[in-house]
Amino acid sequence: MNADRLTRRRFLCAASITAMATRAPAQGFAGLGRASEDYAMPRRGEPLRFPADHGPHPRFRIEWWYLTANLRDADGTDYGIQWTLFRSALRPDDAGTGAWRSAQAWLGHAALTTPELHRADERFARGDIGQAGVTVTPFEARIDDWSLSGPDFDRLDLRAAGPDFGYELALTAEGPLVFHGDDGFSVKSAAGQASRYYSQPFYRAEGVLRLPDREIAVTGRAWLDREWSSQPLAADQEGWDWFSLHLEGGAKLMGFQLRSESGPAFTAATHIAPDGTTEAFPDGAFSAEPLATAEVAGRDIPVRWRIALPARGIDGTVEALNPDAWNGLAFPYWEGPVRLSGSHDGIGYLEMTGYE
Amino acid sequence: MIRAGLSALLSHWRRRPFQLLTLVLGLATATALWSGVQAINAEARASYDEAAAVLAGPALDTVERAAGGTIAVEEWLALRRAGWQVSPVIEGRLARHDLAILGIDPFTLPPDAIPGEDDGAAFDAGFLTGPGQILVAPETAQALRGADLPPRIEVEGIPPGTAYADIATARALLGQDGFARLFVTGPPSLGAPPLERIAPELERRAPRASGGDVARLTDSFHLNLTAFGLLSFAVGLFIVRGAIALAFEQRRPVFRTLRALGLPRATLAGLLAVELLVLALVSGALGVALGWLVASLLIPDVAATLRGLYGAEVSGSLSLRPSWWLSGVGIAVAGTALAGAASLWRIYRLPILAPAQPRAWARAGARAAWAQGAGAVACAGVALVAGFAFDGLVAGFVLLGAALLAAALALPLALDAGLAILSRSARGPRAEWFWADTRQQVPGLSLALMALLLALAANVGVGTMVSSFRLTFTGWLDQRLASELYVRAETPAQAAALTDWLGPRTREILPIQSTDTPLAGTPGEVFGVAARSPTYRDHWPLIAQAPEVWDRVAAGEAVLVNEQLARRDGLWPGAEIEIAGWPTEVAGVYSDYGNPLPQALVGLDRYRALFPESVALNFGIRVAPDETAALIRGMTDEVGIAREAISDQASIKAFSLGIFERTFTVTAALNVLTLSVAGLAILTSLLTVASMRQPQLAPVWALGLSRAALARLELLRAVLLAALTFVLALPVGLLLAWILLDVINVEAFGWRLPMRVFPLDWLALAGLSLVAAALAALLPAIRLRRMPPARLLQVFANER
Repeated sequence: MNADRLTRRRFLCAASITAMATRAPAQGFAGLGRASEDYAMPRRGEPLRFPADHGPHPRFRIEWWYLTANLRDADGTDYGIQWTLFRSALRPDDAGTGAWRSAQAWLGHAALTTPELHRADERFARGDIGQAGVTVTPFEARIDDWSLSGPDFDRLDLRAAGPDFGYELALTAEGPLVFHGDDGFSVKSAAGQASRYYSQPFYRAEGVLRLPDREIAVTGRAWLDREWSSQPLAADQEGWDWFSLHLEGGAKLMGFQLRSESGPAFTAATHIAPDGTTEAFPDGAFSAEPLATAEVAGRDIPVRWRIALPARGIDGTVEALNPDAWNGLAFPYWEGPVRLSGSHDGIGYLEMTGYE
Repeated sequence: MIRAGLSALLSHWRRRPFQLLTLVLGLATATALWSGVQAINAEARASYDEAAAVLAGPALDTVERAAGGTIAVEEWLALRRAGWQVSPVIEGRLARHDLAILGIDPFTLPPDAIPGEDDGAAFDAGFLTGPGQILVAPETAQALRGADLPPRIEVEGIPPGTAYADIATARALLGQDGFARLFVTGPPSLGAPPLERIAPELERRAPRASGGDVARLTDSFHLNLTAFGLLSFAVGLFIVRGAIALAFEQRRPVFRTLRALGLPRATLAGLLAVELLVLALVSGALGVALGWLVASLLIPDVAATLRGLYGAEVSGSLSLRPSWWLSGVGIAVAGTALAGAASLWRIYRLPILAPAQPRAWARAGARAAWAQGAGAVACAGVALVAGFAFDGLVAGFVLLGAALLAAALALPLALDAGLAILSRSARGPRAEWFWADTRQQVPGLSLALMALLLALAANVGVGTMVSSFRLTFTGWLDQRLASELYVRAETPAQAAALTDWLGPRTREILPIQSTDTPLAGTPGEVFGVAARSPTYRDHWPLIAQAPEVWDRVAAGEAVLVNEQLARRDGLWPGAEIEIAGWPTEVAGVYSDYGNPLPQALVGLDRYRALFPESVALNFGIRVAPDETAALIRGMTDEVGIAREAISDQASIKAFSLGIFERTFTVTAALNVLTLSVAGLAILTSLLTVASMRQPQLAPVWALGLSRAALARLELLRAVLLAALTFVLALPVGLLLAWILLDVINVEAFGWRLPMRVFPLDWLALAGLSLVAAALAALLPAIRLRRMPPARLLQVFANER
């Protein structure tokens, strides 16, 4: 990581925008492992309401709109893209104190992965000045020139570009929203840390990928995660490995493990039937075990995994399409497309954080 | 042998501690003035470099409004939404705290563009929330202690007088929301449209080389200081030269004895060289310490001057730099070597049995005077060549230096000639002896008198320049600042409201619009003014003009240019100039003191046609003087103009004059110091000469002239010589003033000032120099008056 990024990262730490960097920031970042009573806390049993819950929840500390897509061109080459908008509250009270004194900060991440290369970029913005934000009807999530927008949540256009890559995709939902954990109340540790978490894993995607020397027409599947919380991690949790997989035959699997410094990992999983019926699995039902690592950006990153959900007869190997899918941004992490083989074949995305 | 030799040589200083003191003091003072000036220059340069590194940031391109003016938030957002990586900046000044505010957006600005420690972690979330924070240099934080401003965070590396704040904080402090410019922080997104398609009124510009510009602008100022430092050092060297020569001459018997005892001449010369080196090192170190003192006393004024004159921020405190210590001691050693080389050489060549009598003063006479005369002619030649054959600042300074040196070298001959003429009036043996003895003494005092000449000439020259400048400048300010009030509106809407409100309440509203645009190939500014108004016709001072100049400017047929532009590119009335693609004619030239940029004045209608995007936000207001207070209240209360945006004529004048006065504080201080050094030179010369004059005075005393009478004559002689030197220094000083006003100023600043003479100042200076000479002569005279007759008799007893 070069000095520039380190600098930016430290600065942003100071500005407490850290929280947004990854889905599961390490607890050292901005004290996210600490309790913060002033922010709203997720409550079990509170029903989600739509379309309002597609929009921001400023009383919660962090929130994201997290989209990944596995794509393929006419020649059968596989690609992946990531598009993420993070929101982080600078203060518990949402009220800004005048122009440009927004209580909200926004961060965007975008990446494009091919078998040979990986490109990633980021955007920062303060809230309430028109540079970044999310509106519900019509739906628009935006930061600068990156946007996810459409008449409603089932029909969205996605776009993002960095200096050396870009993409434009049309997304059409072919199934219902799915809710993780207990009706969207997703427990993140034995101590009870939790978040609100739902997904739309049934998008059909179609569009173009851009590189400086070519444009590639692609089709594929996309998966959108929505999650918000105020204290997502226990103090001793150092990072996580997160799998979202499209199985052959139309079923889906979301599984993650939160690695702990002081004990075994905390795991959770949701099995999604082709019709959208979900089954949530408690800690221990799902397992993920590294099989091989690769040196990426000076770190040893597991790029081959054995995953298992015995209750559903799932036992297979997950392998990175491109082991170099490192997002060397202000908050660096690994995020890229993967292939599943074994009891089931499939494609999907893997995110790994906390490998310092 | 070496030890014995050394002991014999050093015993001289034990016997004559005063001579030692003279030598050390002379060298230390010379070094002090030189290194003080160097310290100021080094500090200023370090500040410029820092400013260049910080303000220009990591050399980022900027996007600015082509026609000048601010960029709206919506325009910035449109660029961001098109994929352009641009970060907004708000700039402004808090007059009441004398603080420049730079509002940045830490979300879009790369962290390495924000000054501070490498990790930029000097501040925290408080920077973005609540009242915000401002990042300032530690000394600025000191100056702002107790100020009604957001919490200060001290960050090394921020230029003094500047505060970094979040845009929200800056907007609140400055009461403005347009962006001065946008930093381009990175390449745009792939496929982003070009800038001209998104925002045709904005243009991308290369990084401002602010530090470099400032350095160039202030070069002349520093060159001035350096020249002064060098002059002081030269004056100091005269003392050193005299002291060394004297010490060597007085030790001739010792040298002869040592040589006769078998000390090789190389060893002798080596011992003497070591002695000089040690003296130089000690005095040099002392001088550097003194210089540091001088510099730390002067630097607040220098900092104020540079800020006022050029907007260059220089730290008001001094940091010790090793290079500066080394250069100070180095120049002391070099100066001693220069001053002692001739003496050392003579010792080396001294025939072993040469008569060992002190002869320096007695025989330095005619031949040396003629050699100096030849040197003076050579220097004058150099001065003439530099003055007439070459242009440029360096040639100007060569002219200055050569002229001064020529005058100094010619002094002994001129004094001799002057005394020869005066001596014709002598009646009676006593008067004749006095004149002859005075002439005989000139060679011995010539070095000190040269120092006095240089100091006096510098005083007259610089004094004349400063006074001429002051008179011209105040007159010019009176004319130029004709409007009673000057107001700046924030937005076009506010400007419209302002003019509507002012309409019935004032005699005249004069819109002033300006745009940065190249003039004759270099960055300049064009102003649009209501040239039809009698305010301009009656008040705007022109130094050259064509017929019906204001009518033609008002009609949009011709323009006015400032003196800087006219001189630089020869654009006098009748010349052609192109402004933003409009070919036109120069109809007049106006003085524009203090402005480093070329400038042109265009009639308002023509200006609006040339720069349609430019909005009139600045206004001059003509109003009866007793109504200004009420008008200011009305503008702030009813139109909502910030009080800081309104300036009244009187305070602008006071501000400008304040800058002016400070500009020359440093010059004046150095002037006084130089004069003091010259006074010291006279004192030491007289003291050393006095001890050798016994053989000349004893016979006169023996012939019946009392010691008191002799002492009076000694005093009279010193005053007479000082007076003669002053008379000779006067034309030299006026020449110096002419060079400064007509050559150096034109080259350095681009304006020529009319020279005014101030005979009363000269009178004061003459009195001062006579008093200084008399004071210097007083001590030797008193000694002579009290000298025991036995000592005078001894002269006859042990004549060598």
